Amino acid sequence: MDFASSERAGAQPREITSAKIVIAGGFGVGKTTLVGAVSEIEPLTTEALMTSAGQGVDDASKVPGKETTTVAMDFGRITMADDLILYLFGTPGQTRFWFMWDELIRGAVGAAVLVDTRRIADAFAPLDYFENRHLPYIVALNCFDGAPRYEPDEVREALAIPSHVPMVLCDARHRESVKQVLVHVVEHAMATLVAEQSGGYPAVVG
Amino acid sequence: MGQPQDPRGNLVRPYAVTRGRTEPRRDIPIEAVLVASQAAVQEARFAGHDKYRIAILCEAKAQSLAELSAHTRLPLGVARVLVADMVADGLLSLHSAAPKKGFTERMDLLERVLSGLRKL
Ligand SMILES: Nc1nc2c(ncn2[C@@H]2O[C@H](COP(=O)(O)OP(=O)(O)OP(=O)(O)O)[C@@H](O)[C@H]2O)c(=O)[nH]1
Ligand SMILES: [Mg+2]
Repeated sequence: MDFASSERAGAQPREITSAKIVIAGGFGVGKTTLVGAVSEIEPLTTEALMTSAGQGVDDASKVPGKETTTVAMDFGRITMADDLILYLFGTPGQTRFWFMWDELIRGAVGAAVLVDTRRIADAFAPLDYFENRHLPYIVALNCFDGAPRYEPDEVREALAIPSHVPMVLCDARHRESVKQVLVHVVEHAMATLVAEQSGGYPAVVG
Repeated sequence: MGQPQDPRGNLVRPYAVTRGRTEPRRDIPIEAVLVASQAAVQEARFAGHDKYRIAILCEAKAQSLAELSAHTRLPLGVARVLVADMVADGLLSLHSAAPKKGFTERMDLLERVLSGLRKL
């Protein structure tokens, strides 16, 4: 930003930093519920236009005739200080919109992949996605009522979740539980950063 | 490109507010925060309806591109083009998203976020 424009915009003396955590997972696993449990605002929705092939609209404009569709993303906000805001972004439920996932994880602190233990197989696609990205993530098992209570180790084995990825149980409706999920994400991001810095492998946390 | 009668119909209408432009002048992360001064709001009166609304929102409260898109009901890509224009024209100041480089900077931010979460 050049000096003149920042002066006219009345830039506040203090720079505001924003961070984001991504809440990923398949259709109906409780992403919006989780965001709403800790957000200071009712979760908001932003829509992006894409081609039905799942590309961003900048590309759609170059391929006239392709059908477009809107993808909705929910998000919430936690104002931590005058100069620090944390945003929580839920991924669109349909994993075919990879384009949007790429945009969401760019610059994120980390992610939590929510898993509904009644429909474990739905977690394969989101987990695959994160395995091939450079973003620290954890797996959070959302305990729906009446869901079979698997031991985290059983789920880890069933979903082939690497040992360095932390797993936690949660209830997406409860603020304290969601707080703990987010704390685990950030702690894991810190451990990963330290491990990268010292050239080692990411440490197991939690 | 981008005429209202364009056969692409649906796609084009939202972009009418950007006069058909789909490429923002600069890339703005969805979580990047924007702020407007009172003077900027006055100036934005003449910048068109959508930019004026955005300026009013950003004067009331520092908010992200995602929030602006949600509150104005403009698709994210459209809001990004308008916001990028407004930053270039000095109507909005763009605050930084999380640092991507530097161990100390990244660690400091993670520590601040962690203590913020614990205080919730
Ligand atoms: N019992 C129980 N119900 C839950 C929990 N989390 C979510 N639900 C319910 O499950 C349903 C789906 O939750 P959402 O938060 O809308 O899921 P989502 O992942 O945002 O869904 P999509 O955005 O459609 O993919 C809602 O009816 C919630 O009330 C949970 O931890 N326990
Ligand atoms: Mg949802």
